[in-house]
Amino acid sequence: MVTKIKNFFEKFYLLIILAILYAPIILLIIYSFSNSANFNFSQGFNFKAYEAIFTSDKSPELWAAIGNTFLIATVSSVIAAVMGTFASIGIFHLGKRARRLVENVNQFPIINSEIVMAVSLMVFFVTFAFPQGYLRLIIAHIAFCTPYVVLSVLPKLESMDPNIYEAALDLGANPFTAMTKVMIPIISPGIMSGFVMAFIMSMDDFIITQINKGADTGINTLSTYIYSDARVQGLEPFWYALFSIIFIIMVATVFSVNFAKARKQKRKQKEANA
Amino acid sequence: MKAISKKFRLTKKVFSFPYILFLLLFVVVPLVLILVNAFLDADKHLTFDNFKVFFGSASSMIVLGNSLLVGVITTLLCLLIGYPVAYILSNMSSGRMLVLLYVLPMFINFLIRTLATKAIFMALDVELGMGTVLFGMVYNYLPFMIMPLHTTISGIDKSYIEAAQDLGANKATVFLKTTLPLSVSGIISGITMVFIPTISTYAISQLLSNGKIFLFGDSIQLSFEQGLYGVGSIMSLVMLAFVLVSNLIMNKFNRNSDAVRRSLW
Repeated sequence: MVTKIKNFFEKFYLLIILAILYAPIILLIIYSFSNSANFNFSQGFNFKAYEAIFTSDKSPELWAAIGNTFLIATVSSVIAAVMGTFASIGIFHLGKRARRLVENVNQFPIINSEIVMAVSLMVFFVTFAFPQGYLRLIIAHIAFCTPYVVLSVLPKLESMDPNIYEAALDLGANPFTAMTKVMIPIISPGIMSGFVMAFIMSMDDFIITQINKGADTGINTLSTYIYSDARVQGLEPFWYALFSIIFIIMVATVFSVNFAKARKQKRKQKEANA
Repeated sequence: MKAISKKFRLTKKVFSFPYILFLLLFVVVPLVLILVNAFLDADKHLTFDNFKVFFGSASSMIVLGNSLLVGVITTLLCLLIGYPVAYILSNMSSGRMLVLLYVLPMFINFLIRTLATKAIFMALDVELGMGTVLFGMVYNYLPFMIMPLHTTISGIDKSYIEAAQDLGANKATVFLKTTLPLSVSGIISGITMVFIPTISTYAISQLLSNGKIFLFGDSIQLSFEQGLYGVGSIMSLVMLAFVLVSNLIMNKFNRNSDAVRRSLW
């Protein structure tokens, strides 16, 4: 009896917290079909807010911002993945002291407060007169994304059996082939997850982009455009629709990634048992 | 062949050089520039006035104090709300999948979440102020508390808890003397992951208080926007000090808990 009551309270608590966490998001999704900005269905159920994503007078700016978000995220996460992979291979072969030093510096963009990283880069760009615009943004994004790539590739290198690489050399592969055909395929799961993480971090970033985009370039990413548009007059209905779409995509991605991971683990377990 | 491979092995570290150069240029040098700017006045002359301006002005001390207060309250609330969630989930068989539901909001841009809560507050006619700012902070950072806590608590070897029960401890004692001490590293990383972003947050407090409440992150941004690089740099250094200290504490606790585990073996 006591455990039953305890169980009930535990479930109840979990549900309450879940409800609070999701209430704003769910209300947003429901009212995205109302084409209203203040939570009423006076216009009935309709898709006008979704149409407005394409037809509102802000659409050109909105789509330019979405385009910029993807452009910056793609360029900087690809560069971060490539540089981070080679960096990890290099760091892995550094001496003990040098390796610890580099790993500590690599840790810095991760632990540092975003605002400090943002203003320090801004001061740097201004001091050395870097051209305003995409160059500054992409460098800044690479700087905060690459550490995550290194962090996800290094453990893969550590767990790799060095004999496999040696075997490739003994079988006549030259070091470069051995690296591209043997080492990199083995560490590719780490590269992939580092790349995905870099892409998401870059897409999600607001503070570093906002401070480094420069006032007169007119460049906006989705998050800086949301800020500049919604700070003044609050959210227009089309934002409700767009946020709902983003949320659904995010949920689907996170769950499918985790589902695939769980399935893979199960299959591995089965293989191990067989 | 072996000789070549050895030679290549030695030179493989070359691959890290471009990244080391990149780190130096875009991570180390910018921070050094912040340090240098803290000692420069508007005409780039050496000065200590920036320190006097920052530490001597009541308004900037109030902002810093407010931020620390908001940071402490947010962190405590996140810990109080988040620990039971992580604890209950780690005792459930499906907890590993369920915890995803709690950390999922983390993947949605914080501006979207903040603006959504703001829209609801406005629709409900709630007055925007300290209360709404605190709600927004807890709402935003709760997943960052639950995640490390759940990882640590579900990683605790269940046989310790069984051993404590076998030795006659009641439930409360088991929790206080076994689970809680073994989850300290998770608590510390949760605190760091909430406290540092909260005090340095930019935009959340402004949005949720209609610009009435101004936190440290906002004032760092504002000083640089106004071209006050010296004072802004001092503020950044203060922020940096918080980051480093909390990281030191976190590392110390993580190492200690590892040591505990090792000594137990």
